[in-house]
Amino acid sequence: MADYSTQELMIVAAAREIRDGEVIFVGMRLPIAAFGVARLTHAPNAVGLFECGIARYEPSAETLYTMADPANQLGAAWATGLLPMMTQLPAGRVDAGFIGGAEIDRFGNINTSYIGDFKAPKVKLPGSGGAADIAASAKRLLAIMNHEKRRLVERVGYITSPGFLDGGDGREKAGLVRGGPAAVITDRAILRPLGDSRELHLTSVHPGHSVEEIREHTGWALKTAPRVDETPPPSPAELDALHRVDHEGHWR
Amino acid sequence: MEEKLVSLPEAIRAHVSDGDCVVLGACLEAAIPFAATYEIIRQGKRGLDVAAPISDTSSDLLIGAGCVGQVTGAWVGNVSSGLGHNYRRAVEHGEPHALKIRDHSNLSFGMALLAAAYGMPYAPVRTLLGSDILTSNPEFRLAENPFSNGGEKTVLVPPLAPDVTILCVQRADVFGNCHFWGSSGVAAEAALAATSVVLLADEVVPPEVIASDPSRVLVPGYRVSAVCHVPAACHPAPMTGRWQRDSAFFDDYHKRTRERGGFLAWLDEWVLGLEDHDAYRTKLGASLEDLRIKGEALSAPANYAAH
Repeated sequence: MADYSTQELMIVAAAREIRDGEVIFVGMRLPIAAFGVARLTHAPNAVGLFECGIARYEPSAETLYTMADPANQLGAAWATGLLPMMTQLPAGRVDAGFIGGAEIDRFGNINTSYIGDFKAPKVKLPGSGGAADIAASAKRLLAIMNHEKRRLVERVGYITSPGFLDGGDGREKAGLVRGGPAAVITDRAILRPLGDSRELHLTSVHPGHSVEEIREHTGWALKTAPRVDETPPPSPAELDALHRVDHEGHWR
Repeated sequence: MEEKLVSLPEAIRAHVSDGDCVVLGACLEAAIPFAATYEIIRQGKRGLDVAAPISDTSSDLLIGAGCVGQVTGAWVGNVSSGLGHNYRRAVEHGEPHALKIRDHSNLSFGMALLAAAYGMPYAPVRTLLGSDILTSNPEFRLAENPFSNGGEKTVLVPPLAPDVTILCVQRADVFGNCHFWGSSGVAAEAALAATSVVLLADEVVPPEVIASDPSRVLVPGYRVSAVCHVPAACHPAPMTGRWQRDSAFFDDYHKRTRERGGFLAWLDEWVLGLEDHDAYRTKLGASLEDLRIKGEALSAPANYAAH
């Protein structure tokens, strides 16, 4: 039995995507923990931004239910409005941003708005929030999803947050000047865009999972990278950092 | 300057009319004026355009209560618990009635308010490119940046001028001068863009308290129409330095509103069956007291002396 949970592995995998000194749009839940782990391990100078108008060096000492909770205001590097924070995205000042989603497709487009025709949807999802802005303008988009066939689909019905659109130079054609998905971290694997098509490929399999099983749970014919790694389990230092960030054991 | 202190029911009667565009929840997850949301429901307002980037369950409540004709914003749901059941019922099944949705992202929504607040004809942005938000909301225009060499694509966001913006603030004086601290979302732009501004003050203080620190003023009194003294007006949302978030309350709302009947029972219990926010606070009782922030982490004073 592994001494870490699937969610802890996802958090550590997400933390590894953050480089030292980077400015990161954090978001709630797993990414907050990932930001904390990165700060305590390999990225002590990373800065975290929150769309309500908060920038932080240290993550909050308490578990947050929303990014605007009092515990996230205390000790912030900057408490301001949404526009001073979110306009850093189009200004090209944000290295990476995390988002989740109901559906993602093989080119990394994400839907959090409508399942079915938007004029008469089968399911109304909450909407973009800041996700469309992060996807449009962060230098790297990091998506965190549960790996299910109904979530990883051939083509999303509605693009809330643009990935590589139709693939290739789809973003450039749409007028987007940078960015795009860099990694999709799921509970089974890590996918990354490869080649000229920018299609998401399987690049890393989490311990205990197989390529066949992952393909079975993907809604398109998932291609594998020339080399598929096994996701390294959390190191003792990463686990220690995670336990310090997640002192209430929420993700264990 | 004239005193503007009125009761919350009076302020809602005077400043919110059927069909108005109303901003409730300009600070995203914090300082949402739920007391005003409840009073709007009690007064039976109809056909409102609820405008907010993210307003936690406030929009979902108004939709379920039948007050809303249109949603203008980026996100409607329950931040800590998931989807908004009333929003889903309205959009998927027309219950209690159908809704129009004007889709935005957080940034485009903020820029729409900014354009109105600053008197700009529109706001040019580099966001929403490649997003179907440009399709489902046909109000945006795609244009070429006239200052670029190669026809750079730009999205033009039309101004959004709310009829009324309702804000929770930590403290205000009777003239509508107020202090707000902590992250403020789009509160400043929403206030400056609106025809009327209604403040729900957690505390009413002497004017010299506000005047002692003008850099902390969110919106000056001369732009404010009404001030209501409503402690814990934000409950169950949090407010910096005053109230913690009542996450159990949000979760309970989420569970009990899965079915329409459950929502109506919730509405009777927490809104329609209570006369006002005093009765709401009394019903919360000790649990509200537990949420009151009692610790102190005071900022250093700032010196404004002229000589």
